[in-house]
Amino acid sequence: MELLSGGDILIRALREAGVKHLWGYPGGAALHIYDAIFRQADVRHILVRHEQAAVHAADGYARVTGEVGAVLVTSGPGATNAITGIATAAMDSIPLVVISGQVVQERIGDDAFQETDMIGISRPVVKHSFLVKRAEDIAETVAKAFYIAASGRPGPVVIDIPKDVTDPNRKVPYHYPDKVKIRSYQPTTKGHSGQIKRAVKELISARRPVIYAGGGVILGEASTQLRELARMLNFPVTNTLMGLGSYPGSDRQFLGMLGMHGTFEANTAMHHSDVILAVGARFDDRVTNTPAKFCPSATIIHIDVDPTSISKTVRADIPIVGSCDVILQDIIDQVRASSRKPDQVAIGQWWQQIDEWRARHGLYTAPRHEPSGGEIIKPQDVVKALYKVTKGKAFITSDVGQHQMFAAQYYLFDKPRQWANSGGLGTMGYGLPAAMGVKMAFPDDDVACVTGEGSIQMCIQELSTCTQHQLPVKIINLNNQALGMVKQWQDMQYGSRYSHILYEDSLPDFVKLAEAYGHVGMRVDRFEELEEKLEACFALKDRTVFLDINVDPTEHVYPMHIAPNGSMRDLWLSKTERT
Amino acid sequence: MRRIIAILMENEPGALSRVVGLFSQRGYNIDTLTVAPTEDRTLSRLTLTTTGDEKIIEQITKQLNKLLDVVKVVDLTEGTYIERELMLIKVRALGDQRAEIKRCTDIFRGQIVDVSATSYTIQVAGEGDKLDAFITTLPEGDVVEVVRSGISGIARGEKSLKL
Ligand SMILES: Cc1ncc(C[n+]2csc(CCOP(=O)(O)OP(=O)(O)O)c2C)c(N)n1
Ligand SMILES: [Mg+2]
Repeated sequence: MELLSGGDILIRALREAGVKHLWGYPGGAALHIYDAIFRQADVRHILVRHEQAAVHAADGYARVTGEVGAVLVTSGPGATNAITGIATAAMDSIPLVVISGQVVQERIGDDAFQETDMIGISRPVVKHSFLVKRAEDIAETVAKAFYIAASGRPGPVVIDIPKDVTDPNRKVPYHYPDKVKIRSYQPTTKGHSGQIKRAVKELISARRPVIYAGGGVILGEASTQLRELARMLNFPVTNTLMGLGSYPGSDRQFLGMLGMHGTFEANTAMHHSDVILAVGARFDDRVTNTPAKFCPSATIIHIDVDPTSISKTVRADIPIVGSCDVILQDIIDQVRASSRKPDQVAIGQWWQQIDEWRARHGLYTAPRHEPSGGEIIKPQDVVKALYKVTKGKAFITSDVGQHQMFAAQYYLFDKPRQWANSGGLGTMGYGLPAAMGVKMAFPDDDVACVTGEGSIQMCIQELSTCTQHQLPVKIINLNNQALGMVKQWQDMQYGSRYSHILYEDSLPDFVKLAEAYGHVGMRVDRFEELEEKLEACFALKDRTVFLDINVDPTEHVYPMHIAPNGSMRDLWLSKTERT
Repeated sequence: MRRIIAILMENEPGALSRVVGLFSQRGYNIDTLTVAPTEDRTLSRLTLTTTGDEKIIEQITKQLNKLLDVVKVVDLTEGTYIERELMLIKVRALGDQRAEIKRCTDIFRGQIVDVSATSYTIQVAGEGDKLDAFITTLPEGDVVEVVRSGISGIARGEKSLKL
């Protein structure tokens, strides 16, 4: 057997686990590992400008490829800087392996220089973590970490490696296991057959059904089955923020996103439904509004790979634990084989009702905002123009705020893994580094980050990474001169007392800033030039472009759930109209 | 409702902190907790008591099962079970009191395991309620120190919690 140092073993094992890109930032405790990286060419390391960005980039990469993202940081501040990224991935079930250097084992516990208890500090935001104590254990730990990160309900795994474990002078045999087995970890794939039978029966007899599909459909590669089942039954489909793209956004059966800023038709249909098929969704509070008032007459079928997601906030009548793709396929087969068929008259009437809702207040049929013109550029129109210019085919990442909701509402995602945003944690600063990860995975495709002047400044330093590693992403900055989403809440609930959401003329000149990093900057001040500037932006294939768009600062995101104590159908439709 | 949850987990550093962390992170109660290695040295057995409604207990057991170090989880209170707790209690024992305390100890099937000129140290084992009751039989103000092990539990009959 070959003898290698711990550092070399780690990189070799990462390669074996399929890692092509490693996002990271060096420091003392990781130096042996960085030396091992220097001496090989298989794993490409991308130097970022902040560890948070390394994790977001690996996360963006993982979301669009379905592979496990990989990160390397040093101990202490490197590790703590990574935490926000790890928590972001944990909330959205994104498979990552994050390797952190640690002080030598002899010094652990001594408050040594750059020591932090990474296992402890990351514990609530990881799927699992390992402290590696011997070079002999590195390869197996890496294999386990990748298996855990990617299987079942995916999530981030931390591997903390003390510096002495990667000592170049201590060489041990290298062996990467062909298979890993963990006796306490066996994720369920196949659904309970009795439960599936009950679900099929409910679906066939449903008169006002809705399929409510979340990010689990994308993570579980079940979009094909979802489409097939929905078409076969002629059922309406709605997506969560995380599920966008799991069902084609431009399809007639798609009701749009549901939840706090979901469409009138999706929320209203959910409220009046008699059967809900929830797939890979977790009844998040941003979806349900008041749980006690959630869909009063619906029988709930809930498919999820994670049993803890079932009946956590809303009780499921028919829980089915397992992989979404496998279970949906079983349902499809049984519906097809069944002698009973859905009542097409009832379903037809249901569609009539939905179409009436659509015509009344639909996001795409009855605009929720005034038209743009001259110096008034509505942020919604920017996303619509972006959709048009990119022909609906770009990868879109986003940050957090109004711009994120507009992106989710108006860019119709036809494919899974086309949209990457921080849904669960709501991390401002996610968008740009995530876009870098996406661009690294798909260098020939258009990648746009729809952001706001607040969020973009949380990881703006990554413009430098884009220069160094040639990552020509497009930054679509919906500049409303404010922390717009907070402002909206202050408008609605605090009598427009704008506590600390304005910048008082301190915003940088984003065009010059982009240029300072070696990129192209453009400003859009008039609606008439919006489309042509967007065209120009995407025509510059090999350049990172920062498009700073002056959007209407008074705009709010609608619809919006009325809280507290509202049900799903209780919505603000505009500043003055409500249901 | 009070529940006794038995957990079999990997005997590894960090495993216990993951279980305890889960409870604080999700706002669940831990009333008592005991943990020790089992006859299989790779496994630890943990017993904890907690309170909560059906929904919370269901979440607790699911969340525990989800932890990677946790091999098996059983809610003992769902069936019939035996629970035991060990208490060591030091009381002031002077003059006439000495006989009275000895008598109470016998009634509760406890044992006096250490004696000094002015005190007894008594060992009592049993269900939590019994230990509570024993404390109340002692003269108020004379209890010097109480140490309780927390509850251990095991299912009745042939049911067992193992790999
Ligand atoms: C790291 C972080 N801090 C604070 C918040 C709370 N927050 C949510 S939206 C928002 C405003 C975002 O402003 P901007 O990026 O300009 O987007 P806009 O809403 O104006 O479109 C804030 C502060 C957050 N989500 N993330
Ligand atoms: Mg803003």
